Amino acid sequence: MSEDRKPTVVVDNVHLTYRVLGGARRGGAPAALRRILLKEETPGQRLVHAVRGVNFTTYRGEAVGLIGPNGSGKSTLLRSIAGLMTPSQGAVWTSGQASLLGVSAAMMAAMSGEQNIILGCLAIGMTPNEIADAYESIVDFAGIGEFVHLPMNTYSSGMGARLRFAIAAARVPDILLIDEALATGDASFRRKSEKRILELREQAGTVFLVSHGLGIIRDTCTRAIWLERGVIVMDGDANEVVSAYEDKHDRGARSAPSTPPATTTGRS
Amino acid sequence: MTQPKAPAPGLQRAGARLPVDEYSRRLWHRRWFVAAYATSSNAVGYEGNILGQAWQLLTPLLNIAVYYLIFGLLLHTNQGIPNYIAFLSVGVFLFTFLTSSLIAGSKSITSNIGLVRALQFPRAVLPVSVTLVQFLRLIYSLIVLIPIVLIVGEPLTWRWILLVPSILLLAMFCLGTAFAVARIGAKVPDMAEILPFFTRVWMHASGVMFSIQGYAKGHAAWIGQVLSLNPATVYLSLARNALLVQNPVTPTTWFLGVAWAFGTLAVAYLYFWRGEEEYGNV
Repeated sequence: MSEDRKPTVVVDNVHLTYRVLGGARRGGAPAALRRILLKEETPGQRLVHAVRGVNFTTYRGEAVGLIGPNGSGKSTLLRSIAGLMTPSQGAVWTSGQASLLGVSAAMMAAMSGEQNIILGCLAIGMTPNEIADAYESIVDFAGIGEFVHLPMNTYSSGMGARLRFAIAAARVPDILLIDEALATGDASFRRKSEKRILELREQAGTVFLVSHGLGIIRDTCTRAIWLERGVIVMDGDANEVVSAYEDKHDRGARSAPSTPPATTTGRS
Repeated sequence: MTQPKAPAPGLQRAGARLPVDEYSRRLWHRRWFVAAYATSSNAVGYEGNILGQAWQLLTPLLNIAVYYLIFGLLLHTNQGIPNYIAFLSVGVFLFTFLTSSLIAGSKSITSNIGLVRALQFPRAVLPVSVTLVQFLRLIYSLIVLIPIVLIVGEPLTWRWILLVPSILLLAMFCLGTAFAVARIGAKVPDMAEILPFFTRVWMHASGVMFSIQGYAKGHAAWIGQVLSLNPATVYLSLARNALLVQNPVTPTTWFLGVAWAFGTLAVAYLYFWRGEEEYGNV
């Protein structure tokens, strides 16, 4: 480890908890009232301890894959690197702004593609002038043609995903965080978006990628961190970590070791 | 709160709350997003209808028609107030702005949790943008109201200019309350269920449908004085003074209007800013 490498993200003993409302409550209104009157513990309100004491440092030029089964705390950890969730213990330090790739939350299905490009770009912090410059290339990249003037709820799911990716990838953050965004659209768009991510990776200082597609992690990442129930199991070279992960999780399921998920999880 | 030291130079703590001046600067930088998000959410609300955006004007028009039918033709209750329909319409439209921005403000974090969890921006953007949506609706209501006030016989005078500061002060007050309830509502989502009861009581204490002065006449003097401190009463009086004759206000009312607006906005903005790091964890 050479000393002149610049740290871009320092995750220092981070614990993340969040509150969950609803869910397991049973018995309807009378039972809920009884619980309040008798000061009983409300079963539906729980604290989820998603990340339990994680430590690592990343450096300029690294592409880090986060792997682990569902619910291992990958996405929660990513959100705390983006500064969207505050750790209940420990701290995350970054050089520059870390941003999640994704704008779908800001977009409105009843509005046209054109209006959504403006809305999405404003949401990721672009100014009207920057948007005017980027507009044409976003429309070209998404390849939606005349549909840009129609409401987004008339789009096929592939077209919507392409437009969302094109908007999100319009700006290069210092630290890029990607949560399962690669598996959008058809095969040709997937190649195009992988190429764009490689470009972004060259421009951004560090890239984090959460994906269940172990092949993608092998191809695009230099390093991988394996999380299990909120704790790091292994951290190191992407190939080694992915191989060790496959050994543990795919024993007896050798037939399809690294196929990416066929559909998005709706969080592109 | 203890601030740990950066482990290496050039690193900032992710999601750290910015000093209030830098925070406000970033909020200002997001003004285009606030405007676009507010106008889009406002437009989306009517998009599924055949008449579409026309409802922005039709809704207040129908409201006035209903008041005229009920209070003017059926009940004949003007309670000694000259030009009661205009008096009532001003009251209802302004008070609707107040209550709807209060309720929208209380849900501004929880109903935009997807944005909060995905994108980094000053969270004050959300209460500002939901208040702006309600403000746009108020402006549409006033566009409908003003010709009607003229038709029912109010003279057009220079005093009408006073409507502008009255509405702006009310908007500042509403933005302030939206900031306050946004932070509370992020922690306690149940707020949204309680607020409608609160606003109903508030409405009856604010002289939306009757004159506070007229009501207070039969009671001890201090009751009238306390009731006239109510910010809702203050802003309704200021707006009625601007549009309608025979609804005069004193300089004290103006003073109260300014004090409520600036005081609430300043205190509530700081209160909301102090919670900045909490909003993503709900």
